[in-house]
Amino acid sequence: MSDQTTDRPMIRLVELTKTYPGRTAPAVDALSLDVPEGEIVVFVGPSGCGKTTTMKLINRLIEPTSGRILLDGEDVTHVDPDRLRRGIGYAIQQTGLFPHRTVAENIATVPKLLGWDRTRVAERVDALLHMVGLAPEEYRDLHPRQLSGGQQQRVGVARALAADPPVLLMDEPFGAIDPLTRETLQNELLRIQREIRKTIVFVTHDIDEAVKMGDRIAIFAEGGRVVQYDTPERILSEPADDFVSDFIGAGASVRRLSLTRIGDATVAEDWPTLPFSADASERAAAVAAGDHDFLLLLDDGLPVEWLPSSGGGGLPVLAPVGPDHTLYDALDTMLSNNSDVVVVTDAQGRYRGTLDLPTIQDLIHVDDAAGVPTRVSRSTSRRSGEPR
Amino acid sequence: MTGFLDYTSGNVDALLQATLEHTVLVLQGLGLAVLIGLPLAALTYRARSRTAVLAVAGVFLTIPSYALFGLLITPLGLGTAPSVVALTLYAFLPVLRNAIVGLREIDPAVVESARGMGLSRLQVLLRVELPLALPVIITGLRVAAQMLLGIAAIAAAVNGPGLGNLILQGLSSAGTPFAVYLTLQGVLGIIVLAILFDLLFAALNRLTTSRGMIHV
Ligand SMILES: Nc1ncnc2c1ncn2[C@@H]1O[C@H](COP(=O)(O)OP(=O)(O)OP(=O)(O)O)[C@@H](O)[C@H]1O
Ligand SMILES: [Mg+2]
Repeated sequence: MSDQTTDRPMIRLVELTKTYPGRTAPAVDALSLDVPEGEIVVFVGPSGCGKTTTMKLINRLIEPTSGRILLDGEDVTHVDPDRLRRGIGYAIQQTGLFPHRTVAENIATVPKLLGWDRTRVAERVDALLHMVGLAPEEYRDLHPRQLSGGQQQRVGVARALAADPPVLLMDEPFGAIDPLTRETLQNELLRIQREIRKTIVFVTHDIDEAVKMGDRIAIFAEGGRVVQYDTPERILSEPADDFVSDFIGAGASVRRLSLTRIGDATVAEDWPTLPFSADASERAAAVAAGDHDFLLLLDDGLPVEWLPSSGGGGLPVLAPVGPDHTLYDALDTMLSNNSDVVVVTDAQGRYRGTLDLPTIQDLIHVDDAAGVPTRVSRSTSRRSGEPR
Repeated sequence: MTGFLDYTSGNVDALLQATLEHTVLVLQGLGLAVLIGLPLAALTYRARSRTAVLAVAGVFLTIPSYALFGLLITPLGLGTAPSVVALTLYAFLPVLRNAIVGLREIDPAVVESARGMGLSRLQVLLRVELPLALPVIITGLRVAAQMLLGIAAIAAAVNGPGLGNLILQGLSSAGTPFAVYLTLQGVLGIIVLAILFDLLFAALNRLTTSRGMIHV
């Protein structure tokens, strides 16, 4: 997908089948799938369709009934599972943090198993805590139960990354987190991924999360079959069958908005602006000249305030969207501020232009053949959207 | 009262000796029960066979203590051996049951993530499961110890050691003033030991409960 991504599969599943003892129907049925190196592949699908089973087959927490698992070209179907797992990060929804161990001890688990020396372990723990946004001095010696759910999940991710494994398995890691925190954690994982470029298998049953997180999405159906394995754009624009369209649901066109970064969108640059330093007569002249209801005051390029041209009242809240936000965020900002225009800024927060509701409507109805505005490749330019 | 104290000052050595023997006897029974019970719990706590194992352990408790000590004379002779074995059998259920309960109470996600990180089965048991189950296991030991302190008095009936001998002597000299003194010494010795054991286990519990596990 991106120039930095090789297409060599880091994980290759070959005709993988799992039938649980005492069950007649297989939970995973002759599944073949390649996970390219450095990408996030999301397993998504309704409950009970074998996502967790497939993930646990990869690190052999569950042994396959038949089929093979290749990791970085090596057949690992029969290697020592404990050794295999030390090279695969594993994070789950319930976190599974050790309650009797401190945060630092939890994170140090695999490095210690691998025999790292103490200073190296301690440095690694601090670096990881820092990376997941927890101040080491403050959190290192706490126990898991002294942390919030979101913080526990951060520690879980840090623990999974501790020994720098090339592959990371995450089973609904943010499934039990409130929506706001979940969004923050998703953005942080994407930010971290841009630095560490792991091969990540991410399980969720939330299609929005799948679209947001995935470089590719595998849609699972009942009985452990993958009905479509594709990029988010193609899944949203060309669902393979009725099952996929049903699963995506009615919101597909709105969801597609979240695939376009504002940094890549064309913005209108004709909104009247005025330097904040302009005096009263200059302001009055500008108001008289313009045909817009509001003027935008810029202080050294940064949008600071609307100037009402008709005596105030009903001013839209100034909530600029930056290049890392998506068109979806822009629409959301408009709707929640009851405004039909948002101010767009660049990475430094400087005024770039405006986006209005009709433009977004046009984009929703863009004909697929004519091309949805190109989607940013996560691996190179995807950035966390700062909270507005 | 003064008679009791006078009498006791006369045989204090014998009393201390019997108390020491009693303590050792109980610790032996408890120790053996732990040595057999913990591994058995670790092997069976997830298996269906645990119900059978617990049922068997429960049967021992229903045998009247006199009868159990007596039955053991045939294979083991008289003295310490049948006494230790009998106590082991009585301690078995509380030790085993609490170990199984403690291990089963652990959040399966904790064990799964430990396995998922590459800890071996044994490493998971020693580093994760046993530490987490320890408070419950120690509670089992505490219950077992209190029970054994009383039952150990029966050991005297099979020529075993301990405070039971004072009680037995008291019974055999019924009618004399010493009879009551001896029995009283035996009983008080056991009560004092029970209090000391309880304090010990309370301290042990506090020591082994990690800060992360204290519920507030
Ligand atoms: N240990 C097990 N023994 C027997 N059957 C199992 C076991 N684990 C899962 N299954 C069955 O296998 C199927 C797939 O389960 P799995 O947990 O992989 O689904 P999932 O896609 O992860 O679902 P969810 O979204 O609810 O987590 C289900 O029908 C489930 O009942
Ligand atoms: Mg699942």
